[in-house]
Amino acid sequence: MADPVQTGPAMPFWRRVRSGLSGGTLTALLGVAPFVAFAILFLILPTLGLVVQAFVGPDGGFTLQNIVDLSQPQIVSSFSISLRISAASAAIGAVIGLIIALAIIRGKLPESIRSTVMTFSGVASNFAGIPLAFAFLSTLGRLGLVTVILKTVFGIDLYRSGFNLLSFWGLTITYLYFQIPLMVLIIAPAIDGLKKEWGEAAATLGATPYQFWRYIGLPVLWPNLLGTLSLLFANAFGAIATAYALTGSSLNIVPILLYAQIRGDVLQNPGLGAALALGMIVVTALANVIYLVIRARAERWLK
Amino acid sequence: MTRGKPWAWVVFGLAALYFLLPLIATVDFSLRIRRGTYSLDAYLNVLADPRFQQTFSYSIFIGLTTILVGIFIVLPAAYYVRLRLPQLRPLVEFVTLLPLIIPAIILVFGYIRLYSSSSWLPLLGWQVGGQYIGGPILLTFAYVALGLPYMYRAIDTGLRTIDVQTLTEAATILGANQFAILAQVILPNIVVAVLSGAFLTLAIVIGEFTIASLLNQQVFGVYMQNVGANRAFEPAALAVISFVITWGAMGMIQLLARFAPKTARKE
Amino acid sequence: MAAEFLRIDKLVKAFGTNQVVKGVDVSFNQGEFVTLLGPSGCGKTTILRMIAGFEKPTSGSITVDGHDITTLAPNKRQIGMVFQAYALFPNMNVADNVGFGLKIANVPRAQREARVEEMLKLIGLTGYGKRFPFELSGGQQQRVALARALAPSPRMLLLDEPLSALDAKIRVSLREQIREIQRELGITTVFVTHDQEEALSISDRIVVMNAGNVEQFGAPFEIYNRPQTRFVATFVGQLNTLNATVADAGRKSVQIGASTVTIPALPATARTGEAIALTMRPEAVSLSDVTGRDIQLEGRVAEVHFLGSVIRLKVDLGGNTISLDTFNDQRTPPPTHGTPVRLGIASSDVLVLGS
Ligand SMILES: Nc1ncnc2c1ncn2[C@@H]1O[C@H](COP(=O)(O)OP(=O)(O)O)[C@@H](O)[C@H]1O
Ligand SMILES: [Mg+2]
Repeated sequence: MADPVQTGPAMPFWRRVRSGLSGGTLTALLGVAPFVAFAILFLILPTLGLVVQAFVGPDGGFTLQNIVDLSQPQIVSSFSISLRISAASAAIGAVIGLIIALAIIRGKLPESIRSTVMTFSGVASNFAGIPLAFAFLSTLGRLGLVTVILKTVFGIDLYRSGFNLLSFWGLTITYLYFQIPLMVLIIAPAIDGLKKEWGEAAATLGATPYQFWRYIGLPVLWPNLLGTLSLLFANAFGAIATAYALTGSSLNIVPILLYAQIRGDVLQNPGLGAALALGMIVVTALANVIYLVIRARAERWLK
Repeated sequence: MTRGKPWAWVVFGLAALYFLLPLIATVDFSLRIRRGTYSLDAYLNVLADPRFQQTFSYSIFIGLTTILVGIFIVLPAAYYVRLRLPQLRPLVEFVTLLPLIIPAIILVFGYIRLYSSSSWLPLLGWQVGGQYIGGPILLTFAYVALGLPYMYRAIDTGLRTIDVQTLTEAATILGANQFAILAQVILPNIVVAVLSGAFLTLAIVIGEFTIASLLNQQVFGVYMQNVGANRAFEPAALAVISFVITWGAMGMIQLLARFAPKTARKE
Repeated sequence: MAAEFLRIDKLVKAFGTNQVVKGVDVSFNQGEFVTLLGPSGCGKTTILRMIAGFEKPTSGSITVDGHDITTLAPNKRQIGMVFQAYALFPNMNVADNVGFGLKIANVPRAQREARVEEMLKLIGLTGYGKRFPFELSGGQQQRVALARALAPSPRMLLLDEPLSALDAKIRVSLREQIREIQRELGITTVFVTHDQEEALSISDRIVVMNAGNVEQFGAPFEIYNRPQTRFVATFVGQLNTLNATVADAGRKSVQIGASTVTIPALPATARTGEAIALTMRPEAVSLSDVTGRDIQLEGRVAEVHFLGSVIRLKVDLGGNTISLDTFNDQRTPPPTHGTPVRLGIASSDVLVLGS
């Protein structure tokens, strides 16, 4: 902060820029230029482009027809399935991940177990996509190890009883393989941040462990939990490779529909493809806005 | 001395079951290509497949390029935001989180609409005799976007552990210019952090399917998908190989963390 | 003396094979302010946590008001506790923190709010109810923690180094405030510190601990002036040591350098000709011969520390070095380095400590 003129927050932007140019700020701006260019060209413009195209008709003029067309049954049902799978895998992943993180930290499991779990979580949270589908086909597919063992040893025929890996629950169970570890990775530091003394102070004031979690533990973790939940949700909502490798295009989820549309314009309307993309953007953005709003309300006590 | 609470062991046991079963099943399946006996034939088939060799080495190449481009984009930005432009920090952090929020398929869809056929940007949209040439470059940028959250976080964490201000001033007094400071003073000091970002990027990129497939790039992920659609046991072998690669990349990060400066924990 | 309120009986705590509390026997009276004093790691916190119920004693018992609470759950003990790191709930404002115990006890809202107001007034933070912990200074946070612990009217108050994280000035003023509030409420209090000055200044009685054992239990005056062990004597306050030889065990006469003096405190076990160490507080030594100071020694000033109202001198006696305190005198500057001086010590102030 050599030059106080540079950082005055009340100063108009142009003054800041102009006074900054005389110092090292020009170099600094040049230094961030590649990042800014990259962000504009490969993150912001492509996304905005799709948003705009969603409102452009075949004639090149403005239209809401593409948005209206999203209501066709195939698209509605794809959103419904996608939303359910994402919500289920995010919620279940978050709860199970939280329980595992609590077990290794609050359950005082040995340090070696903790570090193994954390390393494994790093691996498993990145073990998504095509190979994950192969792994679950080998496990719960028609010839999968677990399917076979359940049938031959326990006499339980999974597929007879209605289970199918290429279904809502099949995909959810598969997604949990990366959702749970992601939750563990993100929430573990937050649980570490819960001070032992808070629990003890609560206990001396008469609180049961349940009351501690009800009034202190969960409220303190809440912003983190929600943030992770929306991340897990977006993670599942945009995921396609695993589902595609598992089911080909037989499972009608939004990203697979969009994939097919990009490949071969199956909806026979480029604008509708963009509208589909807009739908996905709105859903993930909404998940994050909800998180930000709730976090802002919790912000009162966050430093 | 910590013995752990019983419920915690139960949770751990159940979790271990869920996470290890698919691995065991996959390994088991990958060895069963010959009836009645375990064999490594599925692996040998895969490794001997020239398409495997091509796509795998191409993926590695794209991965390394992605890392280099990523460092070039992220390092100066993170450095100057820390040193001179702290008011940009919230914006930069928001941008680096975008790839976690915008699904990859949306990004690639946007790229195709924006750059593929009638691109107004050079290098991305060359078409030579109907052959789409800009693909590898576009693919690299797409992968830089995928790796951005991790690369930025890794580098920013690295910068936090060193005294950027003092190092820069010291180097400036010694007559170094900005480029030399970044390349010769800052980078060597945060090489561990940069490498862990690099390995994470590699782990994400190496088996990526969606973007590459839509850009018609013959990478390892696309190859795996093809094999999956046509073979029975080789996919399991590929899954095991992928898992080992991911584990290796994460293991490298763990290993690197041990070499991180001891003063690193400031938070 | 008031009735015995807290009784600790043959209390032992081992972590694995490491015994950190080795059979502690003490009992405290109703309304008493007792301090556990000892070097860090001697087991003070462990004892406090056993009283609170967070550690299970390996053996022994803890009785409060005639009821054995050794195995009672912490949330059933009605004991207030204040931690070194404040440990305020970050998601609650000051009023909710203070009212938490009452809420858990299902006290009606109106009554609860009145009690919270009362407690905030007691700690001098009226009007701070809506603030969050991070908006308060360390001293304010610790006062809120105190109010939170006291709000449900616990039977006893435990404080584990509550002042250690604070600045020196606030530390002194807050400890006076804690003592004042404790007196006002008449609540039996166990205070843990490793700071002997803190312990001496606020306690009714002090338990001096070392390596899991109680070294001495008594009022500050007793602990300081009549330490029963070498550890207590050295840990609490400054101590001078003089090497001497027993000249005549029967007559309790001892030879220091060239002079022979009578030491009333010489134990009966001393043998003639034996080498012993005599100890005394710095304030028991005076410059020049004041009446009644029957031990006279000569030496040279080695160091002069001007501390303000007190001047601490180190005097080299040829082999022994003695610290002594004299009051600042506006008219007479302190002796300078190398000045020959005469020291006077009353033989009745000399302590003879077993090794
Ligand atoms: N949970 C524990 N496990 C193992 N050893 C412990 C534990 N808690 C305390 N100790 C050991 O017991 C001894 C006494 O600790 P403590 O009561 O905290 O000392 P003090 O409060 O007097 O500084 C120390 O040596 C400490 O390392
Ligand atoms: Mg302690």
